[in-house]
Amino acid sequence: MMRLERRHQSSRAALVLAPIGAVAFTMAVSALLVLWAGAPVGRTYALLLQGGFGSVFAWSETLTRAIPLILTGLAATVAFKARLFNIGAEGQLFAGALAAVAVGGMHGGSGFELPPWLLFPLMMLAAAAAGALLLLGPALMKNRLGVDEVVTTLLINFVVLLGVSALLDGPMKDPSAMGWPQSVSLQSELELGKLVAQTRVHTGLVWAVSLAVMVWAIFKYTVLGFDIRAVGANARAAAFAGVPVTRTVVMVALLSGALAGLAGAIEVAGRTSYVTLDMSPGYGYTGIVIAMLAGLHPLGVIAAGVFVAGVLVGADTMSRAAGVPTYIADVIVAASLVAVLVATLLTQYRVRMK
Amino acid sequence: MSSTAVLRLHGITKRFGTLVANDAVSLDLHAGEVLALLGENGAGKSTLMSILFGHYVADEGSIEVFGAPLPAGNPKAALAAGVGMVHQHFTLADNLSVLDNVMMGTEPLWRPVSRRAAARAKLLEVAQRFGLPVQPDAKIGSLSVGERQRVEILKALYRGARILILDEPTAVLTPQESEALFATLAQMVAQGLSVIFISHKLGEVLRVSQRIAVLRGGKLVAEARTAETTQAQLALWMVGHEVETPQRRPARSVGDAVCVLDHVSTASDKDQGQNRLREVSLTLRAGEITAIAGVSGNGQAALAELLCGTRRATSGTALLMGRALPPSPARLVQRGVARIPEDRHAVGVVGDLPVWENAVSERLRSPVFSRWSWFVRRAAARLHARRIEKAFDVRGAGLMAPARSLSGGNMQKLILGRALLAPEQDEEDPDNRKYPTRAPRLIVAHQPTWGLDIGAVAYVQQQLIAARDAGAAVLVISDDLDEVLALGDRVAVMHGGHLGEARPVAAWTREAIGLAMAGAAAPQQPHAGATP
Repeated sequence: MMRLERRHQSSRAALVLAPIGAVAFTMAVSALLVLWAGAPVGRTYALLLQGGFGSVFAWSETLTRAIPLILTGLAATVAFKARLFNIGAEGQLFAGALAAVAVGGMHGGSGFELPPWLLFPLMMLAAAAAGALLLLGPALMKNRLGVDEVVTTLLINFVVLLGVSALLDGPMKDPSAMGWPQSVSLQSELELGKLVAQTRVHTGLVWAVSLAVMVWAIFKYTVLGFDIRAVGANARAAAFAGVPVTRTVVMVALLSGALAGLAGAIEVAGRTSYVTLDMSPGYGYTGIVIAMLAGLHPLGVIAAGVFVAGVLVGADTMSRAAGVPTYIADVIVAASLVAVLVATLLTQYRVRMK
Repeated sequence: MSSTAVLRLHGITKRFGTLVANDAVSLDLHAGEVLALLGENGAGKSTLMSILFGHYVADEGSIEVFGAPLPAGNPKAALAAGVGMVHQHFTLADNLSVLDNVMMGTEPLWRPVSRRAAARAKLLEVAQRFGLPVQPDAKIGSLSVGERQRVEILKALYRGARILILDEPTAVLTPQESEALFATLAQMVAQGLSVIFISHKLGEVLRVSQRIAVLRGGKLVAEARTAETTQAQLALWMVGHEVETPQRRPARSVGDAVCVLDHVSTASDKDQGQNRLREVSLTLRAGEITAIAGVSGNGQAALAELLCGTRRATSGTALLMGRALPPSPARLVQRGVARIPEDRHAVGVVGDLPVWENAVSERLRSPVFSRWSWFVRRAAARLHARRIEKAFDVRGAGLMAPARSLSGGNMQKLILGRALLAPEQDEEDPDNRKYPTRAPRLIVAHQPTWGLDIGAVAYVQQQLIAARDAGAAVLVISDDLDEVLALGDRVAVMHGGHLGEARPVAAWTREAIGLAMAGAAAPQQPHAGATP
């Protein structure tokens, strides 16, 4: 029989060994799949690492991919910290992307005739507001009526995706796109500059990292940050101490939705320049994984985002060179999440065999 | 005497990290006796019983039941060997019947039909043999607390328990219900059962047991025949040194009314119909302690929540210093109400957050602790937390440790300090328009000493008396009759949501309070249609 006993204090050895064990477990599980696919394990892993982190080009692709992941990871972090389980970052990302194009796009050959220094912040604001408003409803329904936000936010994703699909085939369709369901392009002055010449890394990375630092500072230095942490850890005790719980949940919803909305706007402004249905291969959902990997620490989200992005990018190289399906990357990400969660558990509990 | 030992604990040691919860404890239980296990909270009583019952595995030592070794860490084996446990917090399903609860877990999952008729017969037989009358089809939710405890005991007996462990069984009972329990125990012992009675109340331990074992700091410090010991001797063993119980001092000068409730009612909870107020009238005066007695679950929680700002009145008027009582914790704190909640773990502190944040959580928005109610002044907050730590002797792993890591007594001291110690003057808000730096005007303490050791109980009670002498109006709500009588200048009894008249403590006898707690005496002036 196996049983878990709560540790009185986490031992230092456990804290050091947990992440190492988690990595080892992930590698072992994935190695089995690689073997099953009939490829040499060592070479496959080498290719994966090389593809993700092995060259300037690999790094540039990884960082480009990390930008939306960090932002959706932050959206999940803020919400989960307050125990508002926002599963709707995917929908909020698309809402933000559409809002960005609506404000900053070319309509009938010309956009709003405003100077870029004014239009750019308006575009970002619109994207943040679109994402924020999309989460506000579920948050209020949870707070007022006790409706489970996991269900509502998840379902709204599908509604939003269908809505985006309708818009891209209808009013927001780019007439010059030769029938493809894609939106008009952004005005070129609104696009984000490149961080490194000849690569796709754009200044969205600066946005993502700055926002991570901002969220970290909010958590640590502000009354709102205390409110968020208190409501998430124990809402009853927080209410007793005078924390305005409803207001905090609303603020969290606005902040989390805005971060996901900005992820969409920054993807459009930095990479795609228009909205398509496949602009996000599930960044909103992967953001949840990243937030959990980071232990809901805003700065940890940066590292977790880069790690996951590297694995996903490296998997393409691996798949091409070793003939292993790219799905292995998803397995690695998923296995690492499970491993980290179990490792965290084991730092708090000890296993007794009987 | 070894021939009659039904249970032997031999050299049980259990460590949690560096903490030794049980240190080489050896204990024998004889057939047909009530052995009281006495000790303060944290002395290791619960750990020891959890090891016996298989919830924990001891690091060292062995257990023998009826001469056979008991495998460690296996509750099923303990049950099979005839050890039954009645927990302090009942493990019953409210929406199922008595019979369902008793049968739960006794039948194999794959048996196609449940043998209810046989089970019912057996339950009634057990109930009759031990003199514990019960209605097998009554829903648990409709039973009183005393009746539920009876079901818990029957559950253990039904499974053939020959050794019964009762964990703080009287904590939830009226004095009369406790007497009935003691009679039941006597009858069970007469039939050859053995009982371990866990408690920290000296009076009832002397009343109910034949032998007493005292635990302190994880060690067995004394074993004695009940007939050969005294209350003073037991107290000394329990705490290791003399404890000064706060002397009853009458209120010096009773001042104006600070808080007035006039026919206040609240809506009932969905799950606990009893937790509501029905036309409650009460006046709390400066410099006086008003104590509310009652069996828990008769509306005391609703009264405390109303005065703590977490529940609204549906009718009647509630005034605080002449103005309406605001239904908001933050505004109550601003207006000088110090609040000590019943459940310190679930409501008093946010356990995952550090001690220093919990120490200022009620006043974080005051200009003393935040700039523009937005940016936390961390230095000022930690300074105040340190003042609380020092003034109220909060001992633990420091200000940065999570509040969860504090022991019950230290957590309560932290909550007391947060409520009672006003922050120092702030230069940006010299008049303290927003948050008063003066001492609190009203103190609402719900079960302020519940689960604390004797030393901490005395400390908390002294602080409340000191606050009264400093001119605060104090409301103490407690299930513990001793506490009500020790603290209250005036005492009122609550039953079924009604609050009786608050009379001077000298006008009450223990029996009168007990009767009022059971609802026997009309708690209110009788008026037409005074039905629940």
